[in-house]
Amino acid sequence: MKTNDVILQTTTKVVFFIIFLFSIHIFFAGHYSPGGGFVGGLLTTGAIVLLLLAFDLKTVQKALPFNFTIMTGIGLLLALGTASGSIFFDVPFFTHAFSHFNLPLFGETSLHTAMIFDAGVYLVVVGAAITMIQTIGGDT
Amino acid sequence: MELLMAIVIGILFMAAVYLILSRSLLKIILGTGLLSHGAHLLILTMGGLGGTSPPVLADGVTDYADPLPQALILTAIVISFGVTAFILVLAYRTYAEHKTDDMNLMRGDDEHD
Amino acid sequence: MGFVLLIFLPIVAALFIPLLFKYLKGIHTGWFVLFVPIALFIYYAGFITTTMDGGHKVSELQWIPSLGISFVSYIDGLSLLFTLLITGIGALVVLYSIFYLDKDREKLNNFYIYLLIFMSAMLGVVQSDNVISLYLFWELTSISSFLLIGYWNTRDRSRFGALKSMMITVFGGLMMLGGFVLLGIMGDSFSIRELIANSSSFIGHEFFTLALILVLLGAFTKSAQFPFYIWLPDAMEAPTPVSAYLHSATMVKAGLYLVARFTPIFAVSEVWIWLVTGIGLLTLFWGSLFAVKQTDLKAILAFSTVSQLGLIMSLLGASAVAYHSDDAIFKFAAFAAIFHLINHATFKGSLFMIAGIIDHETGTRDIRKLGGLMSIMPVSFTVAFIGSMSMAGLPPFNGFLSKEMFFQSMLALRNFELFNFATWGILFPVIAWVASVFTFIYSFYFVFKTFTGRNKVDKLPKKPHEAPVGMLVAPVILATLVVGIFFIPNLVGKWLVKPAVMAIQPGLYSHPSEVDVHVAAWHDFASPELWMTIALVGLGVVLYLTMTKWRKLYDIQPHYLSLNVLYDSMMMLSENGMNRLSRFYMTGLIRTYLMYMFAFIASITTATLFLKNAFIVDMDSFTAVSVYGIMTAIILVAAVVMVILAKTRLAAIIALGAVGYSVSLFFVIFKAPDLALTQLVIETVSVALFLLAFQRLPALKTHGETKRNRLGNAIIAAAVGITVTLVALSAHSQKMIPSISQYYKDTVATEAGGGNIVNVILVDYRGFDTLFEIAVLAVAGIGVLAMIRLQLARKEAKDENK
Repeated sequence: MKTNDVILQTTTKVVFFIIFLFSIHIFFAGHYSPGGGFVGGLLTTGAIVLLLLAFDLKTVQKALPFNFTIMTGIGLLLALGTASGSIFFDVPFFTHAFSHFNLPLFGETSLHTAMIFDAGVYLVVVGAAITMIQTIGGDT
Repeated sequence: MELLMAIVIGILFMAAVYLILSRSLLKIILGTGLLSHGAHLLILTMGGLGGTSPPVLADGVTDYADPLPQALILTAIVISFGVTAFILVLAYRTYAEHKTDDMNLMRGDDEHD
Repeated sequence: MGFVLLIFLPIVAALFIPLLFKYLKGIHTGWFVLFVPIALFIYYAGFITTTMDGGHKVSELQWIPSLGISFVSYIDGLSLLFTLLITGIGALVVLYSIFYLDKDREKLNNFYIYLLIFMSAMLGVVQSDNVISLYLFWELTSISSFLLIGYWNTRDRSRFGALKSMMITVFGGLMMLGGFVLLGIMGDSFSIRELIANSSSFIGHEFFTLALILVLLGAFTKSAQFPFYIWLPDAMEAPTPVSAYLHSATMVKAGLYLVARFTPIFAVSEVWIWLVTGIGLLTLFWGSLFAVKQTDLKAILAFSTVSQLGLIMSLLGASAVAYHSDDAIFKFAAFAAIFHLINHATFKGSLFMIAGIIDHETGTRDIRKLGGLMSIMPVSFTVAFIGSMSMAGLPPFNGFLSKEMFFQSMLALRNFELFNFATWGILFPVIAWVASVFTFIYSFYFVFKTFTGRNKVDKLPKKPHEAPVGMLVAPVILATLVVGIFFIPNLVGKWLVKPAVMAIQPGLYSHPSEVDVHVAAWHDFASPELWMTIALVGLGVVLYLTMTKWRKLYDIQPHYLSLNVLYDSMMMLSENGMNRLSRFYMTGLIRTYLMYMFAFIASITTATLFLKNAFIVDMDSFTAVSVYGIMTAIILVAAVVMVILAKTRLAAIIALGAVGYSVSLFFVIFKAPDLALTQLVIETVSVALFLLAFQRLPALKTHGETKRNRLGNAIIAAAVGITVTLVALSAHSQKMIPSISQYYKDTVATEAGGGNIVNVILVDYRGFDTLFEIAVLAVAGIGVLAMIRLQLARKEAKDENK
């Protein structure tokens, strides 16, 4: 069945980036306002799902040449690494550290190890969800 | 509001259990979906629905909604997504292998203990 | 730490057996095992000097002090005698087994591990002063016996025999535990010594007779007394060294040990004397009667063991009479019991070993196929002859001495006046005599049918020849003892028997030398036991010679009227009953199981709520109802109803999505922006997921569910729903402890440097949860991948095959 998806496809090309950038924003904002790794990851997933709906699986795979299963693994390692990193500073497992920096361009910014952990969460959510969707969609 | 929520939760659980007890695989999946919604709302209601502002620090606000149930639910939502996806695939693989989705026909027998 | 640890030495040694078996293939594992019983025998022999003086040694290892349970090794005359039997016969049996079991074909590691476990357990039984640890070791002997009987586990008969012995002895063991607990309640102690010391206060206690019967059940099942003896013949499926060791010399004597040990407590009771003496005598008679019927060498020996155990049991019963009568003869009975116990161990051990040798060398144990082996196996014949004649009670062998003493004791019971013995007492010597006639017959039958008569060597499965020297060492040693003890009975009496008698009748003596017994082979012509023996031999010889004529009488007993049939049908009945019961509720349908679970959740939770008065609703704490809330609730309920009623898959999926979106609306209303966002996106992705899988999902069908089915589901569903509502309300209205939320709110900026409390909880305060949660998510993802990819791989493999 060949349907005419021109409008959907054109819109998707634009909307995908909007959602994606928004998800990145929400991920970074997570520590101070609603958002974080989970929501950010899911929004990214949503954006990719939109791509899948507008185009087909193969096109998306070509456009986003990541192995999402490996992405899941990287995310898990990142989260675990952040958590266990604290051992080397002689503080209990999972102790986070944070500090305020005065960076050029950004101004007063606080940097968190919790953010790295959250990045792990983000990667796992995106990786696992897309893995599922790709395998289910690709199962013929 | 709590009373209303309690009733809504009761209805969600009722529907979920009813569907889970049915003989069709798909209904069981739908049932587990409803069950997780019910559970999320249950956690939220048990914690209390008070609070006039979201649990995000802001100047001059003291009456925050309870953040703990929210954090627990957030975890639960993502997990239930993973579980739903898993049993969905499990279900349709079962269907493909056994050519049936009737739970009564998928009973264990002595050879497959 | 004292010698109590030595009880565990065999078990510790067992740990090394697998290594020795695996890495030293060239050497028979038995040679290593042999060290254990020999070392223990030598060590324990050192205690003889102590017990000869009437002393005892104690070594204790605390186990559960709060409950008064400990491992106590209490060595007095009685336990020392048994200990020496266990280690001494144990050493001989291990030596014998080295030649009996082939090191290349048999699983020696299993065999010796079981045997060593048994050795530890048996030492524990006879040395424990604490009844609870005694029980523990007691059951361990049952278990190791089970393993040893089933050693050739590929044979049906072995497994059957193993199970049977286990069922019966463990049943008895449990009964005995009950008896011990009752004793513990009465005496407020688990120590046998303290129980004996307090025993005078037990008389008339409501539990006394019950405890007595329960303890006796344990002893009777273990010592194969009537009607529990049926396991012993079937236990003969075990390798012969095991039969010689467990099922004639040691384990089956544990029941005798128990009776002897508890005599000081229970002897005051009439029930005890009647039961122990009566059952013992009945077993003696029954066993000897049926031994003559058997055609398998080991079966003859099994029934003869049953019968001899009955003999010792009845003597122990008679020895309890000493607490009621001043007649010295009843003290004598205890001596006779212990003396015969030693004698039986020697001659029966040697006979079992000979039976094993015959089996080993000829390939059969069927006495009908055997005959004329005397010239081929002269040494075996000599040993068998000595053993059998001792069993028959002829001089100059030790069995003669103890049988004479047995007759004396039974004759004396005639004159005992309490407890109706004056009326029934005459039965005792009569039954004893008849049983001895049969004993005489089967002893002759065993030895002469095998070794003399027509030579049937050609028909045997194997060409027979004399056993290797190593195999003969152990039975020859035992046979030497059989003859030796006849000539030095009083020395054995002084070293071993009298100290043991003192343990059975502790109140009556202060020193073993006060046990005033002198064993003599010759009394005088006027003594009745001499004439009993002479008459016995006369009748026995006549009956043996005419055996073929009257043995047909055994066929009178109908097959269906035997204890074995009773046991089998009981087992069948319980097995079928249990099967039917479990089939009744285990339907194999997930729905049934879910219904049980949901019904239980609902009923237990509601019941607890109301029984504990936990259902409290605090209306004041409720927040005001908002219009948005009501509207969202209506939408949600409508969507839920749609999910249930949906006729097509698409409608159901969309309705489910609607439920999800209205839930996220609730999150907005309840000031949970993170949740609302997450729920919204998740719902979108989920619906996409459902739609992707849509093609492959089965259609919504009812599969012919009846109205009744649905009504049942609806009732349970309603019950669960109501329960959850009640729980939600009462959980909201009462908090056991203040929530930790306040702490989070207070410290989120200072401790964690964040503003969004929910997110900070996720990544910081409760980071563990999140870590494991993403792990679960990853696992689910991999699971989905695996389920689909694996199937693809299989499909491809199939294609290749085409």
